[in-house]
Amino acid sequence: MSARIRRPRKILNPPSIKGFKPFGIDPEMKSSKGSVNLLFEEYEALRLRDYDGLNHHQASLMMNVSRPTFTRIYAAALQKVATAFVEGRQMTIEGGKVYFDSDWHQCNACECYFSHPHKQLPIEECPLCGSKEISEFDFPEENNQMQNERDKCICSQCQYEQIHQSGVPCKEEVCPECGHFMKRKGGPGRRGRKMKGI
Amino acid sequence: MKVAIASTGNTLDSNIDSSFGRCAWFIIIDTESGGMEFIPNTNRDMEEHVGRVAVELVSLRNVSMIVSGDFGQKIKPMLDSMHIQMVVIKDSQKKISDIVELLNNRRK
Repeated sequence: MSARIRRPRKILNPPSIKGFKPFGIDPEMKSSKGSVNLLFEEYEALRLRDYDGLNHHQASLMMNVSRPTFTRIYAAALQKVATAFVEGRQMTIEGGKVYFDSDWHQCNACECYFSHPHKQLPIEECPLCGSKEISEFDFPEENNQMQNERDKCICSQCQYEQIHQSGVPCKEEVCPECGHFMKRKGGPGRRGRKMKGI
Repeated sequence: MKVAIASTGNTLDSNIDSSFGRCAWFIIIDTESGGMEFIPNTNRDMEEHVGRVAVELVSLRNVSMIVSGDFGQKIKPMLDSMHIQMVVIKDSQKKISDIVELLNNRRK
């Protein structure tokens, strides 16, 4: 049986450079080893986790992979960056099973929506009518189940509901209505108490 | 610059098609020379992968922008990685001649 097909990883911002070069290498120590190849998905994992400061769960949603897969990509990225640092090797950023997602914009003059594939160029005008009245636009994500069937936090006292923020435990949220702690709606409840009875 | 438009017919009075892969005709417009090419979409009745075939068809003609009523989930990432700009016009009553006019006005 063949392996399961790898899910393509979504890249929001491709890197602006193609790699890194070390400087000041001792000529005697100069190793014949080649460069380290950092994949696009590993670059994106580093960017989301360490540059943007997202947690693994939030970052995995951004890349459209599962949380454990994101953790594996991130671990591989750290391993490669460390290898390049310690051994003084070059690093190239290329390859990987990825697709690029562009940001969408809306033209207020001709009522069209357009994507912007060349990220390095600034957006100045509508590609269709040339109007400068453009605004950012977010397409509703149709394929992302996580977005549609969102979990909810519920107040244990007054039953106030709010949409659960991924990465923030419900029990740390405070109800804005009555100030009590919240819990996950339809969650498993207090499992600890059940365990004691067994 | 070459622009592809998904159309319901092969005249300038036709409307814009609400889907790209299963549209009736592709219209390729060269904004520099003003030339136009009408291509019938012979693959529109295929069950699967119409979007991919359509992208291959228009990318052979080096278009840099596609105008359509909508794009499917599968071809959005494809076009993004090929650096082809997508323009979505939700108004299905818009005529091809209107779009051509808009593009020509922009050139001036």
